[in-house]
Amino acid sequence: MHDAAHNPEESKLVDPTEHIVPVSTYVMVFIGLMIGTGLTTWVAYIDLGKWNTVVALIIAVCKMLLVVLFFMHVKYIRSLSRIVIIAAFFWLGIMVALSLSDELTRKWEMNPAGWGPRLGLNSQVVSSKPDTLA
Amino acid sequence: MADAAVETHAPNPSGFAHQYETLEQQHDAGRLGMWLFLATEILFFGGMFTSYIIYRELHLPAFETGSRLLEVRFGATNTAVLICSSLTMALSIRSAQVGKSKGTIIFWLILTMILGAAFIGIKLRFEWYHDWLEGIVPGLSWTYSGPYQSGVQMFMCFYFFMTGLHALHMVVGLGILTVLVVMAARGRFTPHYFTPLEISGLYWHFVDIVWIFLFPLLYLIGGRYTLGGH
Repeated sequence: MHDAAHNPEESKLVDPTEHIVPVSTYVMVFIGLMIGTGLTTWVAYIDLGKWNTVVALIIAVCKMLLVVLFFMHVKYIRSLSRIVIIAAFFWLGIMVALSLSDELTRKWEMNPAGWGPRLGLNSQVVSSKPDTLA
Repeated sequence: MADAAVETHAPNPSGFAHQYETLEQQHDAGRLGMWLFLATEILFFGGMFTSYIIYRELHLPAFETGSRLLEVRFGATNTAVLICSSLTMALSIRSAQVGKSKGTIIFWLILTMILGAAFIGIKLRFEWYHDWLEGIVPGLSWTYSGPYQSGVQMFMCFYFFMTGLHALHMVVGLGILTVLVVMAARGRFTPHYFTPLEISGLYWHFVDIVWIFLFPLLYLIGGRYTLGGH
């Protein structure tokens, strides 16, 4: 810092060149992304039941992390930008989680099983003891 | 004294603006601004992804049927094309960082543009045009007669709005790259100043990430394995 005060012209030329990423790193990330693309396409043709969606999303998140950390240099930066990125995904999480907490709970039955007579979706009594409802 | 003042405030060919202490501070400010913009973009596309999740949950069999109307080979090809373009974009920034000639920077930028244009070309020629011929474009060309009429229409609406919005971002990206090529040709980028390249690269990689999620969500998780073969 004291050097910069003595020689401001020189300090201006201190630039972010320290973040230069080797070509080999970029190529490795590229190969990783290509393998991920092939893998996710291959897995889609295998019947994993509900896990197909989970596996596809896990691979997509891994590919995203590769792009964000290396191509977008987030691994190498030390600025406020990281907070902005984390906040953006936090807000996205709020939007998705609160929207789904509404939507996924709309079809819940009126009475949980074991608490008394249960009502089906068509309001037909599905309990074995219908007379207790009246 | 006077000379020093003039030197500090005169427009600097290296791109250094006088309100910053150092080039690094200027570079960080530019990058922070771009990430703030990308945060709004994450939420913008996030709104579409959220509604996609909800409607997929409500109409799961219809969304799986609709997904199987799409051609995986074109979606996968376009994913590869975009990943290549992200690599060439990163290499164009790197060639400015290490002080390569402006011809090298322009080479990588033009290659990125060609790959971006190839993505849009494949999308238009082999996907949207064929969707039109097959009659699975809601509201414009709809002759689909399979099961889940309304649900498949809903899926195809999501498909066209999400891929359309993504393609629009690609077109904007091609415009940005054109500006970068002109700046590079004028010798604006040096190892000390390459912020426009860096923050445009952030945008380009972001658009790539959106596609990395669109590809499995639209093409792959619709029960492909039930079709057999391939």
